[in-house]
Amino acid sequence: MESSTPAERNSEIELRLLIEAIYLKYSYDFRDYSGASIKRRVQHALSQFECATISALQEKVLHDPTAFMQLLQLLTIPVSEMFRDPSHFLAIRREVVPLLRTYPSIKIWIAGCSTGEEVYSMAILLREEGLLDRTIIYATDINPRSLDKAKQGIFSMENVRAYTANYQQAGGQRSFADYYTAAYGYAIFDKSLCENVTFADHSLATDSVFSETQLISCRNVLIYFNKKLQDRAFGLFHESLCHRGFLVLGSKETLDFSSYANQFEPLVKQERIYRKT
Amino acid sequence: MNEAVALPRVEAIVVGASAGGVEALLSLLGPLRQGFVLPIIVVLHLPEERRSQLAEVFARRLMLPVEEATDKQDIAPGTVYFATPGYHLSVEQDRSLSLSLEDRVHYSRPSIDYLFESAADAYGSSLAAVLLTGANHDGARGLAQVKRCGGLTIVQDPEEAQVATMPQAALNIQQPDHVLPIHGIGRLLVELERIAC
Repeated sequence: MESSTPAERNSEIELRLLIEAIYLKYSYDFRDYSGASIKRRVQHALSQFECATISALQEKVLHDPTAFMQLLQLLTIPVSEMFRDPSHFLAIRREVVPLLRTYPSIKIWIAGCSTGEEVYSMAILLREEGLLDRTIIYATDINPRSLDKAKQGIFSMENVRAYTANYQQAGGQRSFADYYTAAYGYAIFDKSLCENVTFADHSLATDSVFSETQLISCRNVLIYFNKKLQDRAFGLFHESLCHRGFLVLGSKETLDFSSYANQFEPLVKQERIYRKT
Repeated sequence: MNEAVALPRVEAIVVGASAGGVEALLSLLGPLRQGFVLPIIVVLHLPEERRSQLAEVFARRLMLPVEEATDKQDIAPGTVYFATPGYHLSVEQDRSLSLSLEDRVHYSRPSIDYLFESAADAYGSSLAAVLLTGANHDGARGLAQVKRCGGLTIVQDPEEAQVATMPQAALNIQQPDHVLPIHGIGRLLVELERIAC
């Protein structure tokens, strides 16, 4: 860039080196993440780690795996909620479930499941539609701590109150409290919801397809990827999905700018529900 | 505006506004004529509704094409982009737009600071940033970053702003290149466009 100050040029170089170092040492690949957001998160990490420069942070995480695991928590964004965008789940119930029902057994991949909110939402929806027993859900993420939290299924009551409103707007058929036990300000979700859920470490940046699936949900994950990495992810989804399988994205994500745009068709465009052509 | 100061050649304009921002933006962008070549990227703080009507409302009242910003969209000349409520909006190095769900900044998502800082990274000295009326401190830090990267900084005169807090917060940390009432900012944008052509 023609007019950046020397300090900014340095931090650009340092950022690239840090991301390269993380990839070489820990195999986490942030090289094709959207630059603006990753830069902010690294800057935020500098203050958390009390490092004056990105180089200092690099030295720390390169030599200390525990420090890297802390940094990973700041680099990934565990922002999620249950039945986020209720109209999306309502559309799945109305438009996708009737078609899913035609499969004798169903495999669903929730890619980038973070701390599990999407997984529990999907499991509850499928149970109410009578499909959970014949469904296997693969819930994957790159962050092992998020996966642990997802497995535990314990969420703060404060958040669960907001999720209850979402659940009702999403066409929920029961009382949301039927699905959890409240204790000490936390909601512990019914373990039977996860009987057929496999939580696994999987990276859309470096790993490959592991199963054929009928539906893939990947919401608010792809916004953190650049176009090249988005295309890689869409390629994996395309490969994993069965003929006429379903791909559901976050409410502001789109296939439109991808080279896979023609290989999917919108089923409910507004809700970002697509089908493999 | 100090007419003696030569204006730079910019390639994009970013605008931040909060309380009172709808009216301010309508008077700023309303007079811009079709064919205005510079892209204008706007963060306007609003309640986080899931389906914002912002782009539709402005599309009806502006002569320029208006869109709600979409993730990974290339920035097109002469288009006004509005940030989606509930998501941060950034400009990437390849001059495309990206969305993210990081924590709120000054209780706001989208954050004006995030838009301004990322646009400053992407456009350097070829950027003009405009901070308008508002009741919080978002945008001040971003405007300082635009200036640090050599961009042109413009703040609405707090005396004219419907809510002075936001422009005043920017003035408190740095003197921008121009402090002007809305109609003066509008004239400046037209002049910037003339130079860019």
